[in-house]
Amino acid sequence: MEWFDNGWGLSLVVFTPLVGALALLVVPRKEEETAKWLALLTAAASLFFAVASAVRFDYGDAGALQLGTKLSWIPAIGSDYEIGIDGISLPMLVLSAAIVVLSIIYSWDHWPEPHNPKGFLALILFLATGMAGTFVAQDLVLFFIFFELVLLPMYFMIGIWGDRSRMKLPGFNKEVEIRLYASIKFFLFTLFGSAFMLLGFLALGLKGDTFSIPELADLGAGGAFTGTFAFLVFGALFLGFAVKVPMWPLHTWLPDAHTAAPTVGSVLLAAILLKLGSYGFIRIAIPILPDEAKAWAPAIAILAVIAIVYGSLACLAQTDMKRLIAFSSVGHMGFVMLGIATLTPVGITAAVIGMVAHGVITGMLFFLAGSMQHRYHTREMARLGGNLKLMPILGGMLGFTAMASLGLPGLAGFWGEFMALLGSYEPLDGLNLGVFRTAMVVGAIGTVLTAGYLLWMLQKVNLGEPKAEWDGHEFHDVDRFEFAAWIPLLISIVAIGVYPKIVTGAANDAVQALMDKAFF
Amino acid sequence: MFDYHALAPDFIVGITVLAVLGADLFLPERRKWLSAVVGIFGLTLALIPIFTLAASDGGVRAMFDGSYVVDDFALVLKGFFILTGYVVLLMSVAYIESDRYYQGEYYFLLLASLLGGMVMASSRDLVTLFVGLELVSGPAFLLAGWRKGDSRSNEAALKFFIIGVLSAAILLYGMSLVYGMAGSLTFEGIREASASMSEEPVFVLGILLVLVGFGFKVAAVPFHFWAPDTYEGAPTPVTAYLSVGSKAAGFVGILLVSYVAFAGASDIWGPALWILAALSMTIGNLVALRQENIVRLLAYSSIAHAGFMLVPFAAAGLVEGDSLNQAFEATVTYILIYGIMNLGAFAVVIAGARRTGSGQIRDWAGLGSYAPGIGILLTMFFFSLAGIPPLAGWYAKFVMFLAVLQNANGWTVALAAIAAINAVIALYYYARVVQSVWMDPAPDEIAPEPEPTGVSPSLALAFGILAVAVVLVGVFPEAIGQFAQAASSIAGG
Repeated sequence: MEWFDNGWGLSLVVFTPLVGALALLVVPRKEEETAKWLALLTAAASLFFAVASAVRFDYGDAGALQLGTKLSWIPAIGSDYEIGIDGISLPMLVLSAAIVVLSIIYSWDHWPEPHNPKGFLALILFLATGMAGTFVAQDLVLFFIFFELVLLPMYFMIGIWGDRSRMKLPGFNKEVEIRLYASIKFFLFTLFGSAFMLLGFLALGLKGDTFSIPELADLGAGGAFTGTFAFLVFGALFLGFAVKVPMWPLHTWLPDAHTAAPTVGSVLLAAILLKLGSYGFIRIAIPILPDEAKAWAPAIAILAVIAIVYGSLACLAQTDMKRLIAFSSVGHMGFVMLGIATLTPVGITAAVIGMVAHGVITGMLFFLAGSMQHRYHTREMARLGGNLKLMPILGGMLGFTAMASLGLPGLAGFWGEFMALLGSYEPLDGLNLGVFRTAMVVGAIGTVLTAGYLLWMLQKVNLGEPKAEWDGHEFHDVDRFEFAAWIPLLISIVAIGVYPKIVTGAANDAVQALMDKAFF
Repeated sequence: MFDYHALAPDFIVGITVLAVLGADLFLPERRKWLSAVVGIFGLTLALIPIFTLAASDGGVRAMFDGSYVVDDFALVLKGFFILTGYVVLLMSVAYIESDRYYQGEYYFLLLASLLGGMVMASSRDLVTLFVGLELVSGPAFLLAGWRKGDSRSNEAALKFFIIGVLSAAILLYGMSLVYGMAGSLTFEGIREASASMSEEPVFVLGILLVLVGFGFKVAAVPFHFWAPDTYEGAPTPVTAYLSVGSKAAGFVGILLVSYVAFAGASDIWGPALWILAALSMTIGNLVALRQENIVRLLAYSSIAHAGFMLVPFAAAGLVEGDSLNQAFEATVTYILIYGIMNLGAFAVVIAGARRTGSGQIRDWAGLGSYAPGIGILLTMFFFSLAGIPPLAGWYAKFVMFLAVLQNANGWTVALAAIAAINAVIALYYYARVVQSVWMDPAPDEIAPEPEPTGVSPSLALAFGILAVAVVLVGVFPEAIGQFAQAASSIAGG
């Protein structure tokens, strides 16, 4: 297994889906079964390699980069194909490979209009490569390429398979289809952020004379980046990552994109794509620019709690179920960012577990919302109601997942919120205690609001009597493909909730190592 | 004196030009496309000495007292011109054949213009540079008006011609001033003289006029207004050539005069080109947002790209220190990559316009659903132009930013920020075309597949070459990077 540990394993995780996507292109359009199996097999192979990486991973040394390699890639600019994972990337890598497989299983029988499974699956596989690649890249240029690679597939997924209903934009006379508006908005926002992120990367690369993330982190810990330079670079990176997370007030693309995207698109967007931003903070911005991170931390914390409160309040104003879940993402990612802002091992571990938990839980919520839309042909919560009576299993799952989302102890969502608040009680030495303790209090109020809107949603959707308009409708409860896609998610919600070490076991040491290097 | 090995590429292309003209006399009307084959054959042959010259360790081969030089820069650019010509010929065959007149002359003019670019790449004095440039432009005037029955084509040629003559006059006037002050025509002589003359108003005026002259050639704002009309009216393969070959020739001129002849006067051309770059990017992109016609859209996009190519100049000119090589390399890289993706975009326009029978973006709605091949190619080339990884365009933008931030000061960082915002604006209009093709519903009545088929074998070959190149360079940028690096050795003398 020597070869597997020398970068081949990780490369296989990343590039197997890409090979699958290219192979899909030559499958004739009519051969839908072939296309589905091909996509499933390559995604499953990628997951297999990801799990194998997790098995080969040395948990005793989780803070070090493992299973990686460094090959010459673009000598002209001094950029290498440098990959590797530590305890922070590992859970994200496995999560992304798993969500892709589940998405393909779910899609098996649920094709959004205008059908064309071949194209849809090819895009999912392209996405898979971009997401996995971002989590293993240890070179800024490589990271940038993978980070951007997810844009095109998601753009097409929203734009082609998205919601075709029309909306009126303020200031325009003509109505546009939501999918067209949301897809370009997503693309422009993200590209705007990443254009500045790229400038930041270049500045770091030029100053440090390397694009290698570990080497730059060493330099950063040694105090190589200071002054106005560091301030500007952190600002540029902040823009890039904050748009992706998304942090308030750069979040406005998210509700539109989520609402417009097809079910699987929403799932991938919520479960993985948002994490690319917060992962970027943990992997790049903080280790390389620790002093600037300290300077920016209170601002990030304030934005994070604004996101928590704002997201919750916005949820209470929604009538559209998918849009509500989208705004809940803003709030949950606020907790992740609050954890990161504390710059403590507890806080950042909270962020990592919060990312995984949010991925699993919100991914599941979007699956459920998608399936309900599939059956009711509406997302208006006012028209739903009594879902538990019409579809007991689906309704039960929704109730369970909503409980997990509001942070019920014993389920996955609890740890991220709890530890983030804990971390902000005692942030890194030198950070303004007042700001963080206030943030903690406001965040705690936010958890109450979160519980509020989720219970409100459950009440509207799940409980009560079915509306008269559904009389005589026969609703098919959860089908086998849905079971196959959802059971693993439900199990992991419980598993992470009861035994968080699944995630923190690896992440804890890695976060500790990262913090030690950056701040001590 | 005469280094036949060094001159072989130019000679072979020159002979090809004559051979095409000669073949035209004897070929029957139905077989005129054979002149294109002669041309393609000649260009392939001309590549051989390029490779042998690159492999030989002769180093820099200077002739005619240093006026005509074959070095790495010349070889890289000659290779680029030859390959551009190769692809444009492939794109032209079916297109020109379908119009049924003056095919032989078309290929003759195209190759002659190409030869001009090759001469420019080797020129190291003002007169040779000027002669080369006119050899590029003269045939191009005729090519733009090649569809003489079409009033738009006539307008295109006339505008192009008048602006071309005007710019030549300005350029020549500037050159005469520079020559008068420096007392030398060769770049080396000018560089030596310029050290003591950067304060002389007449010399400064001369430099600025030369830049204005080339500014017209590369269609940089505010000297761009001819480009959209000319691009729209000219036959599409000619437009492809104008936007890549002719523009590259203009850039060869700017590169040579700025980095070699006026290397000591970077404090003059740096700020001037800063303004041109910022204006070209911003205005090109903003106006492109409003375009309904796909060729006009690409015309404004190519104006904006000229701005991106000028960005490293500004950085090199505004910052003290030895950033000249880096900036030079960045612009050469950008030109090479831009050539690939812009030719690809125009090849798509040829195929798409033939399939839909229209050049209006809204008429391309749903093209992806009934012609997915064209749709995928369009997506690739347009998003490459937008700079989305992993397509080649990202690397062009990347090295551009790298060159700017190399030795950053307030001015260059500001320009980098302008460029970054422009990259985002540009995405919007490229994505709009992609949106029309993939996301808008196809019209109820789809135009029947044209006969013969929309994508001719030669066009398909051009697509194949360009598509492979755009992905390959995107994933392994070193494939282009090393040529640009070799070419940059002449910067700063």
